[in-house]
Amino acid sequence: MPKDSVIGTSTKRREDKRFITGRGQYTDDIVLKDQTYAAFARSDVAHGKIVSIDTSAAEAMPGVLAVFTGEDFAEVGGNPAGWLIHSRDGTPMTEPKRPVLAHGKVRHVGDAYAAVIAETAEQARDAAEAIDATIEELPAIVDLRQAASDTSNRVHDEVASNVCFDWGWIEDNRAAVDEAIKGAPHVTTLELRNNRLSPNPIEPRCSIGDFNPGTEDYTLYTTSQNPHLTRLLVCAFVMGIPENKLRVVAPDVGGGFGSKIYHYGEEALVLAAAKRIGRPVKWTCSRSEAFLTDAHGRDHVTKIELATDFDGNFIAVRTETFANLGAYLSNFATATPTFLHGTLMAGNYTVPNVYVNVKGVFTNTVPVDAYRGAGRPEATFSLERVIDKCARELGIDPIEIRRKNYIKPHQFPYTTPVALEYDTGDYDAVMDRLEAIADLSGFERRLNDSASRGKLRGLGISSYIEACGIAPSNLVGALGGRVGLYDAATVRVNATGTISVMVGAHSHGQSHETTFPQIVADRLGIDESKIEIVHGDTAKIPFGMGTYGSRSLAVCGSAVVRATEKIIAKAKLIAGHMMEAGDAEVDFEDGVFSVRGTNKNVPFGDVALKAYIPHDFPLDRIEPGLEETAFYDPANFTYPSGCYACEVEVDPGTGKVEVMSFAAADDFGNVINPMVVEGQVHGGIAQGIGQALMENAVYDENGQLLSASYMDYTMPRAYDVPMFKVDHSANTPCTHNPLGVKGCGEAGAIGSPPALVNAVIDALQRAGRSSVTHIDMPLTPSRVWDAIHNS
Amino acid sequence: MYNFEFQKPGSIEDAVAALRHEDAMPLGGGQTLLPTMKARLASPTRLVSLGGIPGMKGVSSSGDTLIVKGGTTHAIVAREAGGVFPGLAQLASHIGDAAVRSRGTIGGSLANNDPAACYPAAALGTGATIKTDRREIAADEFFQGMFSTALDEGEIITEVRFPIPQAANYQKFLQPASRFAMVGVFVARFADGVRVAVTGAGNDGVFRWSEAESALSSNFSADALAGLSVSADDMIADIHGSGAYRAHLVKELTGRAVLAAS
Repeated sequence: MPKDSVIGTSTKRREDKRFITGRGQYTDDIVLKDQTYAAFARSDVAHGKIVSIDTSAAEAMPGVLAVFTGEDFAEVGGNPAGWLIHSRDGTPMTEPKRPVLAHGKVRHVGDAYAAVIAETAEQARDAAEAIDATIEELPAIVDLRQAASDTSNRVHDEVASNVCFDWGWIEDNRAAVDEAIKGAPHVTTLELRNNRLSPNPIEPRCSIGDFNPGTEDYTLYTTSQNPHLTRLLVCAFVMGIPENKLRVVAPDVGGGFGSKIYHYGEEALVLAAAKRIGRPVKWTCSRSEAFLTDAHGRDHVTKIELATDFDGNFIAVRTETFANLGAYLSNFATATPTFLHGTLMAGNYTVPNVYVNVKGVFTNTVPVDAYRGAGRPEATFSLERVIDKCARELGIDPIEIRRKNYIKPHQFPYTTPVALEYDTGDYDAVMDRLEAIADLSGFERRLNDSASRGKLRGLGISSYIEACGIAPSNLVGALGGRVGLYDAATVRVNATGTISVMVGAHSHGQSHETTFPQIVADRLGIDESKIEIVHGDTAKIPFGMGTYGSRSLAVCGSAVVRATEKIIAKAKLIAGHMMEAGDAEVDFEDGVFSVRGTNKNVPFGDVALKAYIPHDFPLDRIEPGLEETAFYDPANFTYPSGCYACEVEVDPGTGKVEVMSFAAADDFGNVINPMVVEGQVHGGIAQGIGQALMENAVYDENGQLLSASYMDYTMPRAYDVPMFKVDHSANTPCTHNPLGVKGCGEAGAIGSPPALVNAVIDALQRAGRSSVTHIDMPLTPSRVWDAIHNS
Repeated sequence: MYNFEFQKPGSIEDAVAALRHEDAMPLGGGQTLLPTMKARLASPTRLVSLGGIPGMKGVSSSGDTLIVKGGTTHAIVAREAGGVFPGLAQLASHIGDAAVRSRGTIGGSLANNDPAACYPAAALGTGATIKTDRREIAADEFFQGMFSTALDEGEIITEVRFPIPQAANYQKFLQPASRFAMVGVFVARFADGVRVAVTGAGNDGVFRWSEAESALSSNFSADALAGLSVSADDMIADIHGSGAYRAHLVKELTGRAVLAAS
């Protein structure tokens, strides 16, 4: 098959056959012999001292096999934070222990303090309800600013304050930024809250622990985006199990959006319980438990200032953010509001002075961690909202002010004042594409049409840049990262010429099983249907770091390329031997090896077969077999960017916002499968519309989650979103990975919220509500109506 | 869900007898009760299904009255009431989603009297009569606050008799998450006056907005509402909206209903 027909082709998703026909194999579909069931007793108060836990009634109930409390795990390790943050004064962040089960105190509603193992799930649940805990309720710590200033009431008694870190980026910029803002002709200030979100993957978490007393091998089947990372955390930090004695299997996983990156206590519990009772133990999360225990996303309170001259040229950006960490440090919780947020605060713009301050704060709420976009949506929202406000104050068109400040193509590679080096981009070209697909010239006509129906129409624009392809290990190491963020792939050419590719990335909606074969097929010139992707099982795959941060293609895909290149090099040796030529004389094109300057050639399939039937191999020079592994560590982040336009109609009588159109022009670098990329963008925008208009995880002052079911937590439905117009034709390939790709998984969720909010503000401003300069997300009908009527 | 006994009697008498068991509950379409039981928030020891009783389903009309049997699903009302009472068919066709409409029953909805349910607005907004196994209750007496009705323990709604208005319209503004009525207003115009019933908004459940009724009875146009308002103090306030917002919606939707019914 010619190369051009593989890369850039919308091959249909091979995953869909099994998913659509109900043949997927999710963790809860696995039933092991003699399987038992776990249920958890969870705190119904946000903050309390555990006075006593009486398990005797539960132990006596039918079918109960074991009961665990925090006491049982007092000696094992805590679930660690993956990134060490240093405060402005150089002190390291505080790291209170995150135990398997709460011990001493409960720290959020849903915090598990005991677990029951029983013959059936119902028996386990009944017995968990019978556990008699005396918990002395303490005042809940919920409000971020109050938590930060109150040192007398603390989530963790063993640390001196609820502030985990007070981070400045870059601290050396601070004085210059302060000075620039003080002397600036114009300063626009915006205070906002980036709303807290529940992740809501369609498949709730599920874990099965298994232990074989004969071999002392553990197996954990679990809903994970990164089985090797989970194994590392369980073995090296929490349980002390030797890594060679734990296999982690993440089979089909029904979405994660970040919430399944992390290791959770339930995984350790089912492993410990399986060992104690000598039978497999399954725990399946209910939707109600998911609301209370899955790591939430976002939840920043931010003040941002943008200093400009009167022509709208950016001079400085300064932010102060309180980032909610929840009750415990989840694995990426300290990296998300800092290095995944502060480093993006220059956006797509030449702004010479930038300073970001983030205070990470403990509260009596469920842990907060990375959620689709992870820090970058928060940065983009703050920046793109303040730019919009600034443009309005200065009377400059929102597209013009952005274009005026864009980094221009000749300026790349471009080093920002917040320490990233953007390798490539052409933001004006992307904006050109947006203006074309969004039909901006027709806006006035649509505005009048809306007005004739009594509706207020608005247009919102945003740009974004994100740092993806997470991440160069040397850089993250220098910044406090405790893991490497390379990935790995093994390409195994089977004797008959079919290929198995074992990858460290994990596909839970990203279509790797379809797109990764396109890469290998392109390099080897063989049909992609002969190539199979293996992922999600530490016993089968090399040590890769999993899927998040739009990294799979840029990092793991690059490892696939490197391993494939090694395959070609090895195959050339074999082909040369077969054709009695030196490997330097062997060319490989379109699946055929040939000797330069001759008509000798052998097809790839013959070389594969020969590799496994090496009867005449010169074994001092050529090993049998055709299997290669590569680890790929990126030289830099990748920098996808885009320009989005949203049009809304506001019903002035009810405040209801309807999204009338949404256009997205993105630069993802090279595109392997346009259909998959479009699907990722569609999903991301839908999620961004959810955040901007509907979704809100709300705790009351007692730390009770008011939005703890779909009766109160609003998810976007299909009819809430318009038909999207997407474009990725104005692309600038990444300069430092072999595929020239940048990543597309998070873009839609990053770029869309500010475009939508800008559109609503635009609608209200056009209707004469000049005092409405901001509404906090989500822009529910009542909030929009309040803004209209209080203006 | 906890374990329970299940019974499906074949007559009203048997159902009434079965409901005399302690902690027994009647089961209509189960669209509220079953999710509540699954969440372990309700734990009846015995469920008495009303689905096996002949004559409990159907829509008919007699003179200027529309009769809906207690076990009739929303889907059937949506399909069959439109000829004589389009406003009621329209209301029924927007309750929940297709699955809810295919299972949920009018009797179940009225007996539950969820403060955000749609049917109470139609019953109160028309002055319907709720007929049970033992008596007839006027809608004005039937609804007694959130989740509270005039029904006795074990009393079963057998039919609902709606006076057919000259014109009627129901305007529902959705609570964004649950898609129940955040505010729903049913306006019905009769020869002798106008009735306006509001669901979703009130602290005490469905209520009649009598000032609007008087104003509309003398001038059936949205303009007649100018100068009227409902008190925000009597409205539900939650994470989806304040009392003031709901009070505003009551007036806004009443106006829209009048316009649609004009």
